[in-house]
Amino acid sequence: MDVVVEARNLVKEYNSHRVVKGINFSVCKGECFGFLGPNGAGKTTTMSMIICYTPITKGNVTVFGLDVGRYPKKVKQKIGVIPQETNLDPDLTVFENLMVYARYFNIPKKVARNRVKELLSFVQLSDKRDEVILRLSGGMKRRLLIARSLINDPELIILDEPTIGLDPQARHLIWQKLRQLKAHGTTMVLSTHYMEEAAQLCDRLAIMDQGQIIAEGSPNHLITEFVGTEVIEIRSDGQESNYILDSLKEHQFSFERAADTLFLYSREGGRLVQKIKEVKDERIIYRPATLEDVFLKLTGRELKE
Amino acid sequence: MNAFINTFRIPYIGDGAFRVWQRNGNVWLKFYRPSLVGNLGEPILYLLALGYGLGKFIPDISGIPYIQFIAPGLLVSSTMYSACFECTFGSFTRMTTQRTYDAIIVTPVSIEEVIAGDIFWGATKGAIAGLVILLVATAFGLVGSPWVGLVLPLLMVEGLLFASLSMVMTALAPTYDFFNYFFTIAIAPMFLFSGIFFPLDEFPAWAKTASWFLPLTHLVTITRGLFLGKLHISLLINLSLVIAFTVITFYVSITLVKRRLIK
Ligand SMILES: Nc1ncnc2c1ncn2[C@@H]1O[C@H](COP(=O)(O)OP(=O)(O)O)[C@@H](O)[C@H]1O
Ligand SMILES: [Mg+2]
Repeated sequence: MDVVVEARNLVKEYNSHRVVKGINFSVCKGECFGFLGPNGAGKTTTMSMIICYTPITKGNVTVFGLDVGRYPKKVKQKIGVIPQETNLDPDLTVFENLMVYARYFNIPKKVARNRVKELLSFVQLSDKRDEVILRLSGGMKRRLLIARSLINDPELIILDEPTIGLDPQARHLIWQKLRQLKAHGTTMVLSTHYMEEAAQLCDRLAIMDQGQIIAEGSPNHLITEFVGTEVIEIRSDGQESNYILDSLKEHQFSFERAADTLFLYSREGGRLVQKIKEVKDERIIYRPATLEDVFLKLTGRELKE
Repeated sequence: MNAFINTFRIPYIGDGAFRVWQRNGNVWLKFYRPSLVGNLGEPILYLLALGYGLGKFIPDISGIPYIQFIAPGLLVSSTMYSACFECTFGSFTRMTTQRTYDAIIVTPVSIEEVIAGDIFWGATKGAIAGLVILLVATAFGLVGSPWVGLVLPLLMVEGLLFASLSMVMTALAPTYDFFNYFFTIAIAPMFLFSGIFFPLDEFPAWAKTASWFLPLTHLVTITRGLFLGKLHISLLINLSLVIAFTVITFYVSITLVKRRLIK
């Protein structure tokens, strides 16, 4: 398979403080690759190095086989970028934003005009063509950012937290657009700390914490590898939970205690639940394991701020 | 070491800078009328109040009526102010709150080109402001020589100089308030002590020496020469100093902004 992005021993230091600690990854053509991690894990920094925005301290990144440090212009000509924080041009209208952006890629005016028309209809903003940025909702701004990132018809787009701060409707619309792009063959690298987003969009995930990739694989693979198939959550204090654990001795499971909750991970959840109900019949949640369980298990449950 | 070389090497500036200049031009064209009125207003008030008003009580200076004496200086100072406002408040807004620079540097346009494009734009706005005054001065009959045509390229250089100087301030500014220092400590004294309103010849030697370090002094001297058609070979020295100052400030400003943005 064609490798589109490849990072080797990638390191980033800010004032000799190491925030990306020698990571390796590669992204194949047509794939959606996600960085999942808590705030401060180094996702944005890693992606900024891919897009030639942040200089690399050590190691290297190639995009389409081109070293990003040596050929930034060529690399940037071929990629689309959706930043974490909206940076649309507030001095310009929706249409002008895209036209002016096209010029930065040296796209001829005529070609650009057609492309802008297509893109506005793709992101469902055709009727906002002459609106100023200030009057767009958060979801519209995000969609316009997507349109802007596609102006040069990129084969690779880099998305940093593409739906951060959006309401569910707006988020689902964005996901739908991104799935459409993926179906069209666009390679994507995205970062997120929303599990559902990672599960919805990504073929492969790298879970990042404190500047390192601590696990990698498809969402399903990560779930079966790290937490099994089913999760039982029991709201329970210490003594009661000891009693429950005792009563399950002859079963296969692993567990974790967090504040007021006992988490049991197992492949035979149904039988466990029956057993538990003999001693405790309320406030039990029995559900399939999700990425969130993997995430919390690997990166810890304490607050990351 | 590599990072050091990257920061200080001579920047490559290609057509990306022009794209940025165009972007600013597009925005300006949307609101150019109020902008032009702003350019005209203050210098014309000075010209009328000081030139005609105060001028009535002031004897001719080296045989020139007072209004004609101050017109060249008002022209170069209006270029100075316009370029300075654009590349302090304007550029700072684009660089920080609006994140316009951030959005552009992930396209094939480089950071150096973004900064240069913004400086070229500041220079253009400065030149436009000067040009407006030139037209007014001509209409008032204050221009005595065809040499005045050379004022146009001179205004471009002046615009570059003050746009670059302002971009240095933008690179250093933590907030908008910082620009108060710049305008109060550097620009306002330059406006008053560069020989626009009174000749510097009568001042003690140290004051004359000091004024040599104010780039506006040289610009006033050259422009006055062009207005009156009184050209002297020494103007080339003034011009060389202006150009040298422009090149250095341009380079320094790009280096500093880059250092601020690229971490
Ligand atoms: N410009 C910078 N200067 C110094 N430290 C930074 C800078 N940008 C990010 N960091 C630090 O690098 C770490 C990783 O940040 P970031 O890549 O933004 O994480 P994420 O996107 O995963 O939330 C954080 O500890 C952050 O404080
Ligand atoms: Mg981030």
